[in-house]
Amino acid sequence: MVNFLADAVVYLGAAVVCVPIAKRLGMGSVLGYLLAGIIIGPFVLGFIGEEGKDIMHFAEFGVVMMLFLVGLELEPSLFWRMRKQVLGLGSMQVGLTALVIGGTAWAMGFTWQAALATGLAFSMSSTAIALQSLKEKGLMSTNAGKSSFAVLLFQDIAVIPILALLPLMATAPMERSGEGHWVDTLPGWQHTLAVFAAVGAVIVLGRYVVVPFLRVVAGTRLRELFVASSLLLVVCIALLMDTVGLSPALGTFLAGVVLANSEFKHELESDLDPFKGLLLGLFFMAVGASINFELISNAPGMILGLTVSVMVVKIALLLGIGRRYGLSLDQNMIFGAGLGQVGEFAFVLLAFIAQLRILDATMLDTLMAITALSMTLTPLLMLVNEKLVLPRFGTLQQEAKEADEVDVKHKVIIAGFGHFGSTLGRLLRANGVETTVLDSDSDQVDLLRKLGFKVFYGDATRHELLEAAGAHQAEVLVCAITPEAAPALVEMAHKHFPHLKLYVRSRNRYDAYDLMDQGVLHIYRETLDTSIRMGVDVLRELGYRGHTAQRAGQNFRKYDIAALKKLAGLRHDKGAYVAGAKESIAEQERLIRSDAEHDPAHSEHAWNSEEMRNMVNKSAS
Amino acid sequence: MPRILILFAHPRLEKSRANRALLQRVPEHKNITFRDLYEAYPDLNVDVRHEQALVAAHDILVLHHPFYWYSVPPLLKQWIDLVYSFGWAYGPNGTALKGKTCFHAITTGGNEQAYSAGGFHGHTLHDFMLPLERTATLCGMNWLPPFAVQGSNRMGDAELELAAFQYARLLSGLADDTIDPATLATLERLNEAVPITR
Repeated sequence: MVNFLADAVVYLGAAVVCVPIAKRLGMGSVLGYLLAGIIIGPFVLGFIGEEGKDIMHFAEFGVVMMLFLVGLELEPSLFWRMRKQVLGLGSMQVGLTALVIGGTAWAMGFTWQAALATGLAFSMSSTAIALQSLKEKGLMSTNAGKSSFAVLLFQDIAVIPILALLPLMATAPMERSGEGHWVDTLPGWQHTLAVFAAVGAVIVLGRYVVVPFLRVVAGTRLRELFVASSLLLVVCIALLMDTVGLSPALGTFLAGVVLANSEFKHELESDLDPFKGLLLGLFFMAVGASINFELISNAPGMILGLTVSVMVVKIALLLGIGRRYGLSLDQNMIFGAGLGQVGEFAFVLLAFIAQLRILDATMLDTLMAITALSMTLTPLLMLVNEKLVLPRFGTLQQEAKEADEVDVKHKVIIAGFGHFGSTLGRLLRANGVETTVLDSDSDQVDLLRKLGFKVFYGDATRHELLEAAGAHQAEVLVCAITPEAAPALVEMAHKHFPHLKLYVRSRNRYDAYDLMDQGVLHIYRETLDTSIRMGVDVLRELGYRGHTAQRAGQNFRKYDIAALKKLAGLRHDKGAYVAGAKESIAEQERLIRSDAEHDPAHSEHAWNSEEMRNMVNKSAS
Repeated sequence: MPRILILFAHPRLEKSRANRALLQRVPEHKNITFRDLYEAYPDLNVDVRHEQALVAAHDILVLHHPFYWYSVPPLLKQWIDLVYSFGWAYGPNGTALKGKTCFHAITTGGNEQAYSAGGFHGHTLHDFMLPLERTATLCGMNWLPPFAVQGSNRMGDAELELAAFQYARLLSGLADDTIDPATLATLERLNEAVPITR
């Protein structure tokens, strides 16, 4: 028991210390866990030694859970909408990368099985790193973002058949703790039959047994029982798959897809997510601890050289594919640099390959080291791409100035030119007000420049960019970037350009409260005017006179803005923090109570001859 | 046959018994166009070109509204300001309204007695409508006295129904050309052109 607690302290402690540091350095949590593993591993502090391998077996269950969740989250409609990109871009990326890297490995003397396994493992990119950094830079909706997402989705799915294929290439029987299962003693075709039967069972049971069962469990209203059932479900499937010699990950992925359309999708997701996160963290720590640093320190040049070569090959292929799919240079560079690393799925595949003994231990350590190193290099690579490559070769941050318009500075700067910003910009332009636009989508920037807009390309929250855009001379800064990023822009503008009048878009009341706390005076909730306009039209549909409905809407709008200001103050009186949903309900209650007190629809007496008539007749009688 | 454009403006029709009664009797006639301005422009943002085209296509303009504070409701004033534009309705080449006929159909809370030299308001309806008259004549239109439903606050349903009936007869008479506008200019109120015979 003491031993277990000590281990827990070591693992959890290392994670809690290393992951935030890694995130702070922009490396992502996966690298943080790896780093934690390396530090507590035999080559640095030596807290854990050989038992790291046992922990790894246990932690592999995190991968199984991850694939269950991948299956759950795989929306068939999203997949269908992106099918061309997913199947086209994705299959080309995985296929070509596996072919080139595998072919090279084969030429270097690997067996064909080992070469193919290596190629497939190295074709994977890091979902965690790539998506995270694309999201952080607000590039998800650009072509590069969409293409990256498509490729990563294909890779997620491709892992399943790869995990199923690898055992077929095994040169030695799988490492097993106990005796071989009875399935292993069957001849080949019967084995195959058993495999299909098991897969069929997962699909049928998932649909007709699991959902009713979960309904019964949910009926007890015991949350921990539902969590237990979720875990039980995943463990059962993993066990079943293991029995027939299939990868548990494949089985749980399938089960996930089957359950994706059930009413329990979100509950399963939220219940299993922390387990997945913890076990995956543990898995990456175990990987980190098992990296053979003796080997690396003996030949650091070779490891580094191989890592760079692998990344060069991957990026070159990505650029080629991106070009073929019509990505512009900028977008292609972001696409290539973002997906150029070998990802966490490679660890999963390599760990599996190790069990199958397709590769020998030395090779495996080398490949693990390459994977880890390439992930470490990714943030660096993206930084180089952003700061050194793109400014020189891509869409220029600032348009080359023409001699005659040396310093045209507009009075209005619009940050973010999506649907919101562009509507506003068009309105101003139609009325003769030219604006300077900041946007982070290079394709969009190129187009706008062709149309004659003055556009700066890049992250609007960086103060150099605003400075270049003429923030010192401007009067108004319109913040139309995604509401999540608005506070950072506001803070920066307050600090460096205090003279700017800020006009800020917010998504809802809560965003607005935060912006009010930041001292923003002009806040525009994107949901307010639209819903009032719709309400006015519904009133008219019900037979209200157009002008009456219009005035009712205008009055309500005025009243709602006043209520926002009043409730913003109240919010801080509560003292204790109340969690999300509860807060939202409390807010609704305050709003509706306030509606009752103030009667936002109170009718004025103007033009009301009915009232006048009543008075006249009353006084007459 | 003359074409009639009724420009109706009431900011709160749902509260106006008198005007609802009048509207119910407006004849369905191929020469009569009825336009509910507050319904068409709830935000007071008048489409000037559209309105000018409509006006140009008619011969008689009927500005139908309650007579609040001795004037037209804000949207109708807005409409006049925007539609009777310089260079179109007046000024050089501003001849679009020339030769057309214009009168107001109004409702007032006070009765005829109140609108007289010795009455509550101290002046006649004709006095109060002077700016409106001058607006029409400046644009070259023939001005007619108003059709007025007065004392509407104290009117019973039957009386209102009679007034609505008169209004309908006036409109269809003009539209059918059985009433000649030229003969109406000397009347005190157009109501006299369609007397009620009991």
